[in-house]
Amino acid sequence: MALDIFKEKGVPLDRQVFTWKDLVRRPYSKLDDDAFTRVCVIYMNGIMADALRTKHAIARMNRDLREPLALVRRVEQHEQTLINWLNPPDQTPLETTLGFEQVAIEVTASVALREPDPYLAQTYRFGLLEDFDHLYRYGALYDRLEGKDPNSITQSYTDILAGRPTSVEHRNPLDDLRRPYDKRTAVPLTKLHAMSITAAENQTHDYYMTVGPFFSDPVARQLYAEIASIEEQHTSMYESLLDPDETVLEKLVMHECMQVYNFYSCLAYEKNPRIKEIWQRFTDYELGQLHHMIQLFQQVEGRDAAEILPKTLPDPIGFKEHREFVRKTLNQEEDLASNGPDYVRMADLPRDHRSFVYRDQLNSDGSPSETVAAGYQWTPGTELAARAQRMGSVLEGKKVH
Amino acid sequence: MKKTTSDLGMNRTGIATSPVDSADIIQAAQKRQPSHLGDDSLILKVRQQYAVESDGIGSVPPPTSLKGSNSKPTVFIDKLGERAAFERSGVRLYQGALAKFEVLGSWEGGPTREGLTRILNDELSHFGLVSEVLTKLGADPTAMTPCADVAAVTSMGLPAVVSDPRMNLRDTLHALLVAELTDNAGWEMLIELSRGLGHDTLAERFQLALDAEAEHLTLVRNWLSAGVTLEARATPVPRAEAGPGLTPTV
Repeated sequence: MALDIFKEKGVPLDRQVFTWKDLVRRPYSKLDDDAFTRVCVIYMNGIMADALRTKHAIARMNRDLREPLALVRRVEQHEQTLINWLNPPDQTPLETTLGFEQVAIEVTASVALREPDPYLAQTYRFGLLEDFDHLYRYGALYDRLEGKDPNSITQSYTDILAGRPTSVEHRNPLDDLRRPYDKRTAVPLTKLHAMSITAAENQTHDYYMTVGPFFSDPVARQLYAEIASIEEQHTSMYESLLDPDETVLEKLVMHECMQVYNFYSCLAYEKNPRIKEIWQRFTDYELGQLHHMIQLFQQVEGRDAAEILPKTLPDPIGFKEHREFVRKTLNQEEDLASNGPDYVRMADLPRDHRSFVYRDQLNSDGSPSETVAAGYQWTPGTELAARAQRMGSVLEGKKVH
Repeated sequence: MKKTTSDLGMNRTGIATSPVDSADIIQAAQKRQPSHLGDDSLILKVRQQYAVESDGIGSVPPPTSLKGSNSKPTVFIDKLGERAAFERSGVRLYQGALAKFEVLGSWEGGPTREGLTRILNDELSHFGLVSEVLTKLGADPTAMTPCADVAAVTSMGLPAVVSDPRMNLRDTLHALLVAELTDNAGWEMLIELSRGLGHDTLAERFQLALDAEAEHLTLVRNWLSAGVTLEARATPVPRAEAGPGLTPTV
């Protein structure tokens, strides 16, 4: 049954408490848990990072909201901690990166399929094909740097194939900006989608900017630099979908609603009871925070929050594979480019287009994403498995079997 | 909760977990060509290019005085710095192993409190020995030398295993085995270097440390081996068949 966010009040803000032991729990298992458990953890960490980021930005520009924002933000800090600390320590930054790209592919695909506004749906499909290529590039890095199979992380849910090549994704900043939805006419789901994907991409950018320098291999360092740059483009692209004319409190209310929606989606998917219990708890916490924000909105703006919020939450995000949809999109839209906010065929742009000039300059000293995946085709057990099979078992130059 | 590392569970990392999906993604991967030609050697070429341009990770702090002026004193200081740092970190590894021993217990032929404590104390005294030598040579025993840094990067996973509460005492012994193997080789090399530089008295003292390290290695290897053998006996595991059966099937 759909969640009635007006009726469900959740846990009041002053009862949302933690201890250090509570924040630092037993992580999920990299080996045994389902890939979508990791997807939810990585995704929700991104959602909560954005909750803090958005409130900090507003607090820097608004005197009156500082106190109410500080109260909610502290709880969100601890929610984010609890979630992010579920990532296990045997999961390396590169393995977590593969998880980030699986989030970007499967969550964006779910959003693109359900988005009612065709222009926004197009934008999600456009970004999706680029993140799809990132998984392939990082997969090649994982195989070629460490001799490990990226599918041990993605668990046969997601294709590991070249998408729109990363080397052609670099665009002039003006070609990353899109037309925003209109707050007066857009349905709530459109707003929830745009805020969610913006949050996820922003966190992906921040993660790559943090872990990139931990790598010793220069191609790995270059690849993180390159893909972080695309994630910055994606953050710019997705955030430009948000209507800048929404009032600050309107944005805050919708953001809380977006958090409820995402926790509720994870709750609907999760099968690991230890993790599911966390999604239930935070759905209840977020409902409490939403009502705190609704109160503030109604006080300050003198408007009814029902004007902007959905009565019940939309269907939860589909945490599942979307291979058929992604393949179809790849088949039909791989060669798309953008000219300002419009989508065009790449071949229709003049050779001296600002985005070509920009990307040729960046790639003029070599392309990390091309280097790392040159000739790479994902093979189960790594590309070395195929090579070893061809070689057979050899001892002192003689075949032993 | 799983009792041992190798108990059967729901490991999902292999392609056999989901044969239908796996067959589908394998087929898709074979159909789609790579976007660019080449192979895995391109990564190595970039690495070589950077290596040529690199000027190393850092330097050895200059000693105030050192015997044997016709040799390059920094090499000896660098390797001594490495040993001191490794022995110091070794103490932390054995503290972690003891903590696991206390809570998880041992097994027949496994580590004892006395055994672990003895090694811990040996590592501590070896750290003291090398620090003292460094000081006498006019070097700073608190400095992180380049070789110390390389050794620490090399063994980055050791404290990670020891301090992970999900990894048991047997897992920890595996980390200690890696540490002891490299520690033994490290002392052997240091002794050779000392003799080559004419520090015979030092070499003799280092030999005593190496003798102790050789015993550590035997102890740790036997503890681990007893644990693995015992675990294999307690739980019947399917016999691995050699041959083409090892190839993943979908």
